[in-house]
Amino acid sequence: MSAPLLPLAPQLQSVLAPAGEAAARITSLSWLLIIGATLIFVFVMALLAGSLRRRDGARPVSPRLWILGGGVVFPLVVLTALLVWTMARTPGWMERPPPGALIVGITAHMWWWEVRYRDSATGREVALANELHLPAGRPVWLGLSSPDVIHSFWVPALGGKMDMVPGRVDHLMVQVDQPGSWRGQCAEYCGEQHARMALHVVAHAPADFDAWLAGQARPAAAPDAALLERGRAAFLVQRCNACHTVRSVADESRLGPDLTHVGSRLYLGAGTLLNQRGAMAHWVAHTQDVKPGARMPSSTDMDADTLAALAAWLEHLK
Amino acid sequence: MTFHTADGLPSSLPRPPGEVERLERAWEAPKGWRLLSAVNNSQIGVFYIATALLFFVLAGVLGLMMRAQLALPDNTLLSAQTYNQVFTMHGTVMMFLFAVPVVEAIAVYLLPGMLGARDLPFPRLSAYAFWAYAIGGIAFFCTIFFGVSPDGGWFMYPPLTGKEHSPGLGADFWLLGIGFIEISAIAGAIELIIGILFTRAPGMTLSRMPVYAWAMLVSAFMIVFAFPAIIAGTLLLELERAFDWPFFIAARGGDPVLWQHLFWFFGHPEVYIIFLPAAGMVSMMVPAMARTPLVGHRAIVVALVAVGFISFALWAHHMFTAGLSRHAMLFVSAASFAVAIPSAVQVFSWIATFWRGRVQMTAPTLFLLGFHFIFVLGGLTGIMVAVLPFDWQVHDTYFIVAHLHYVLIGGMVFPMFAGLYYWAPVFNGHRLSERCARWVFGLMFGGFNLAFFPMHISGLLGMPRRVYTYAGDLGWNLLNLLSSLGSFILALGVLLFFIDAARVFRKKIDHDNPWNAPTLEWLPQEDYGMRSIPQIASREPLWDRPTLAAEVVAGRHWLPGTHSGGRETLVTSWRDAVPQHLLVLPGDSWWPFIAAAGTAGFFLLLTVAQVVLAFACGITAIVAIVAWLWQTDQPPHAATAEVADGIFLPVGARGMASHSWWAMIILLCVDATVFASLVFAHVHVSMAAEVCPPPGASLPGAFWPLASGALLLAGSAAMLGAQALPARGRRAPVWALVLLAVLCVLATFGLDGRGQQLAGLSPTADAWSATVAAMLAWQGFHVAVLLIMGLYVCARAWSGKLRSDARASLDNTALLWHYVTVQGLAAMGVIHLMPLFG
Repeated sequence: MSAPLLPLAPQLQSVLAPAGEAAARITSLSWLLIIGATLIFVFVMALLAGSLRRRDGARPVSPRLWILGGGVVFPLVVLTALLVWTMARTPGWMERPPPGALIVGITAHMWWWEVRYRDSATGREVALANELHLPAGRPVWLGLSSPDVIHSFWVPALGGKMDMVPGRVDHLMVQVDQPGSWRGQCAEYCGEQHARMALHVVAHAPADFDAWLAGQARPAAAPDAALLERGRAAFLVQRCNACHTVRSVADESRLGPDLTHVGSRLYLGAGTLLNQRGAMAHWVAHTQDVKPGARMPSSTDMDADTLAALAAWLEHLK
Repeated sequence: MTFHTADGLPSSLPRPPGEVERLERAWEAPKGWRLLSAVNNSQIGVFYIATALLFFVLAGVLGLMMRAQLALPDNTLLSAQTYNQVFTMHGTVMMFLFAVPVVEAIAVYLLPGMLGARDLPFPRLSAYAFWAYAIGGIAFFCTIFFGVSPDGGWFMYPPLTGKEHSPGLGADFWLLGIGFIEISAIAGAIELIIGILFTRAPGMTLSRMPVYAWAMLVSAFMIVFAFPAIIAGTLLLELERAFDWPFFIAARGGDPVLWQHLFWFFGHPEVYIIFLPAAGMVSMMVPAMARTPLVGHRAIVVALVAVGFISFALWAHHMFTAGLSRHAMLFVSAASFAVAIPSAVQVFSWIATFWRGRVQMTAPTLFLLGFHFIFVLGGLTGIMVAVLPFDWQVHDTYFIVAHLHYVLIGGMVFPMFAGLYYWAPVFNGHRLSERCARWVFGLMFGGFNLAFFPMHISGLLGMPRRVYTYAGDLGWNLLNLLSSLGSFILALGVLLFFIDAARVFRKKIDHDNPWNAPTLEWLPQEDYGMRSIPQIASREPLWDRPTLAAEVVAGRHWLPGTHSGGRETLVTSWRDAVPQHLLVLPGDSWWPFIAAAGTAGFFLLLTVAQVVLAFACGITAIVAIVAWLWQTDQPPHAATAEVADGIFLPVGARGMASHSWWAMIILLCVDATVFASLVFAHVHVSMAAEVCPPPGASLPGAFWPLASGALLLAGSAAMLGAQALPARGRRAPVWALVLLAVLCVLATFGLDGRGQQLAGLSPTADAWSATVAAMLAWQGFHVAVLLIMGLYVCARAWSGKLRSDARASLDNTALLWHYVTVQGLAAMGVIHLMPLFG
């Protein structure tokens, strides 16, 4: 099953465009708050405008009406109603995943997202980066943590955010109704490239999701041309394996994102570069220009042929 | 109060010849470069306001740089590194170097006149506080020119700001630089509290006190209890960075969220510390513009106090997404709603006052209307973000950026501009241009809304905070462009204001009362404040007694001259303002300036690891402070003084009647709150640990704390003994007892240290040990201070300067001594008893 069409349209990171029931409740709450606040604002400004009208003599005011009525009773009534209503609509706290939930581990790094599944069919752990795929209609339990600094997982279409604090494992329950794709972004300032730490969420129909996960669980696609052979060799010679894992080629390091299926990813560099023709080569050769301060150095000393081979091989890893 | 004169005023005519000339000489401002040694609030207040406005402009320019970068998607005007320093400095300078200082500065300048005092009660302390702030603040700002500014955000969350992820100097500049600027704010707060409670004009009972004074009183108390939390936090983070004591490092038992608790316990009250003085100013200007007394004066006072208390319960609403307990978050959400009620009381009172009166559409009025519009909108978005699920979406997005600017710019900056227009005649005699003001207001109001309203929308469309750029296909482009355009229009308005001010303020004339305002700061003022301190009988003295100004200038009221030939004001009782004693105030001095430069030098040079130079500055500061203190605590020039016809008051006071004693008490409240914050850190870390003490750490046996406690008590007993002696006229053994107390307290520190050393305390091993060490170090710091102060008191006794009528050095030192005893006992109690509850 191929990935959804690219590029993504705007509004896919909007609080006002929910993709699941939890997010939709917050959206309708938001509209209530916006409309309510607007009405109260207009009312108070009308009073202010009225107070400026000129006329002869002083106008008596009843302090009780203004201070007790307007200043105490009115907000007390409105706020009590608001508190009761929002408490009723605040989702309960779940200590552990509900039965039937899919469990995904997300670890935030500076500045990329490590996403881990366990494929129940093979028992194998599946790792990818910067993308979260979900089955539509099924609850998903995200375990969130960070080994370095505080990050925050936020996909507005799925609901509220949760901070990822070193030393803690927090969680978020999400559920999407229909297949589709959305975007999220780290929402806690985490250093130089906090602005370029985006995450894409793709929801599939359940059968498609199973197929996708099975595909991700397979090891890297073997090269079937000389160019790709050269590219795979370059991956090892250039020591990319010092940080990156490609299952069945290099398995030593988890410092950087898992690249076993990087060719099928929507974006490179945590949502920074659209993964289209030429993007891979550009990312590898000019990393520090695209995302200054990223922990990956630019490979400026690779000759054009080697770069082309490496890029072709990486693109082949679908 | 009945007076002995024929017409019932405190002093009769004719006044003795030369009386007003003696008054002028005593208060004369120094000229030329000697102005640096001025301590009068009339000079310090102006310097202070000007410096705060300078930082407003500088931080504003940083804001414009941010908006220029964000005007277009994927922009390359500023690099990520530069942008991150710029946004950190924008927030830090605005919050720490502009917002709080400017409201304190306005109070320093305006309050004494408004209360009927000639100056603040500790003029050299206000000078010190100002210069420390000015020198430290400018040095801190200059880091941006060297590229060594902090870049962790104004809130500086670890682990990002720990040594591992922020190895450079920037974070240290923030911690040390901002840390001691807080100290300056606290000194100002203590002074304001004492000034408001002790030096009001006779007859100005609490219920007749202007609302602005109430607002400053509440804000000052909030500073006393909120700022210590960030002092403790900055202390801990700097100890972690410098010595690897892992308070916030999870791998060794620390917790990054501990910082957030400490920071926001300060940070939330801070925004009310910024807003309440502005609300107080609004409460002064609205009645003057509407030409009718304030509706709901008492309700507003109650509302101010209510905000002061409630705001301390809200800090966790900045942490709604940090994974804290659901019950706690619901409580905080409800409290965040509750704080809207006293704010609503104030808003409705102001509108009711406008409603009742006839509003003149002047420059101050325009800004007051702008304030209402912007602040009410910001307050409503505040209610929105107090709703938990809504905050889970909009926290850390541009919706919050919009909210915070609406409440801060609406709630403080607009009232500040209203105040600048309103009180300009008090400063200079001139009114600023009304015509120009309409342009200034239009540009500022229009520019502000254009800049910040779209941010509500971009936040809801998913734009997070603190991003140096954004992708162009998310629907945020037009919104950001509009925001950037608006910010430049806002800046243009501010520029226009300063151009007009520079033009108008060039020449000073005597000021009139152009708004026909009712309160005392509008009396004719010179360097000495008002010629005589008025007897007050109402809330609106200038309305209810139209002859007051003439009477005061003629010297018909209290203290029309100077008794000692120096600077003086009256101390009155805190509730009913009955005159108690004559307070003789110090004149201009170089010591505060030198001490401030030394203090600033010490902290800044330590940051760049110039240890020798740093200690040289530190020693200079200590020498200057001792020299300055040595000049205080003199016996009165006379036992009593005639302050009105036939009315004699004592000169100065001792013990609990002395204003310096109460200042010490308030300082001890600050101290205790810092200590409580360190205890909180220890408890927080202990509760997170599975076993207390954690494996590898242990506590000393019972002997050590018991012996140390006994010695602390012995030291306090010795001090009590020393205090009893001067009253009996026996001075020789005083220094012996004080010396004994010093030895006791040094011994306790030795015992504490030795006990922990034998137990193998290793602060770098884990966070629990680090918090124990932090409390020990805090106690040790106090021991060092007691050493210096004890020796100082001995010196006073030896030299014969310690007498029964000049004993503040002993009494105030004894207060600190007893506090350190209690603190030491409490620290030991917490450390040794906590594991029993684990």
